[in-house]
Amino acid sequence: MPNSRGGHFKAVVLGVSTGGVAALKFILGALPPDFPIPVLIVTHITPDSDDSLAVLLDTLSAIRIKEADEMEAITSGTVYLAPANYHLLVEREHLLALSIDPPVNFARPSVDVLFESAAEVYGPALIGVIMTGAGNDGSNGLLKIKNRGGMTIVQDPADAKMDDMPRSALHVVKADHVVCLKEIPALLMRLIQRKP
Amino acid sequence: MTSDELIDLEIKLLMEGIYQVYGYDFREYSEASLRRRLLQWLSGSGFASLSLAQSSLLRDRELFATLLRGITVNVSEMFRDPPFFKAIRELVVPHLKTYPFVKIWHAGCASGEEAYSMAILLEEEGLKGRFRIYATDINEEVIRTAQAGIYPLQELQRFTRSYQQADGTGSFSDYYTARYDRAILNASLRENIVFAAHNLAVDADFGEMNLILCRNVMIYFKQPLKERVLGLFDSSLVPGGFLCLGTKESLHHRRISDRYEAITPRMQIYRKRYAK
Ligand SMILES: C[S@@+](CC[C@H](N)C(=O)[O-])C[C@H]1O[C@@H](n2cnc3c(N)ncnc32)[C@H](O)[C@@H]1O
Repeated sequence: MPNSRGGHFKAVVLGVSTGGVAALKFILGALPPDFPIPVLIVTHITPDSDDSLAVLLDTLSAIRIKEADEMEAITSGTVYLAPANYHLLVEREHLLALSIDPPVNFARPSVDVLFESAAEVYGPALIGVIMTGAGNDGSNGLLKIKNRGGMTIVQDPADAKMDDMPRSALHVVKADHVVCLKEIPALLMRLIQRKP
Repeated sequence: MTSDELIDLEIKLLMEGIYQVYGYDFREYSEASLRRRLLQWLSGSGFASLSLAQSSLLRDRELFATLLRGITVNVSEMFRDPPFFKAIRELVVPHLKTYPFVKIWHAGCASGEEAYSMAILLEEEGLKGRFRIYATDINEEVIRTAQAGIYPLQELQRFTRSYQQADGTGSFSDYYTARYDRAILNASLRENIVFAAHNLAVDADFGEMNLILCRNVMIYFKQPLKERVLGLFDSSLVPGGFLCLGTKESLHHRRISDRYEAITPRMQIYRKRYAK
């Protein structure tokens, strides 16, 4: 299913925890405003946070960044952050869904919940990225992306502020790319521009 | 057809069957959450697929009850989103006080934590004896839990913190008794609450409400079902009444939205306008 604007990928999902704000500032700051596909992000934030992280990242980046609203249509060139205390999921009709189902891996939002639902909808047209963080949230989700034929990227544990999440992911999945944080933006650009 | 599309089809067929046999209508629920919950149920059920389970589910009411429990995830907490309860105290209660008697509907009350929170808040605001709370949920089992008003003691720490952040004026420990690992809420709180089964997808409206709360229930519904439920609330609310939704829900772009105004930015509290 070639995408009109480049490669065959239709979305990026990204999971990050401890050390995530700095990592997100870097990656999102490096993406162009016309990044051709949507980016969906789960970062573990405390349950009572408001949308200030999305607002902050938005002011620091050229690309549009916002907190996900329930049943919002997913559009290209936009980065969506899961709101505090809600899981973020993807509907078949390419809408965002929120839920307050119990935490998964002690986390709500949980990276696994986002990755698994996105893998079911996007199949091979999905890129999954696991970055710095404590715990093992996201490993199962990344495996599901891989099993559906999607592309998997893991931050090199040696390069991560907290290496648990990348290490756990690499334990479960033979990732397609294991790279340093600073290489991730260029890698994403390369992947989505590549013809299938 | 991919295996994921096949699962979606199985879900569709099963939901149709459940509607026809039991009258529970999940056909317009957001499929992402529904799929997650159904697959979780399936993994513990011993059946290899939803199609294989379907035959038994449509014949065996007890088995269906376990599925219903899995589909209607009844998570809740007391004073969830403290700033919301604070706003109710500061911005809504003064209006409620102008009525001799107020009626409140918690739609999708789950295990009752929200309704009890409201009862505590209203008593602290001096409305004792002047209100009735109707707390409803689709799941009859959870209604029984709500009626009992008994919660795991380990949750009380969080409830207490939220109560304080919501500007509670008393001491939260006065509202419950700890027994072993459980907290039993004071029976007097229940005096003004009526718990009942009610299905927003198929049942009728409730008359003459001054305040309706439906938080984190419609996030699981697709648009047409959302519109139906909002219509139900609209016909149940008196002019000047209040409608409260969850933090991430809004009345934006809804059929009833012209008749409502948001009374505060950021919080999902709407007031129904008086007819011109
Ligand atoms: C996530 S809980 C929300 C509880 C509470 N309002 C809160 O925000 O903490 C959602 C509740 O909605 C109920 N529910 C789901 N579908 C319903 C329907 N069609 N009619 C009534 N209640 C429903 C579920 O059983 C569940 O208890």
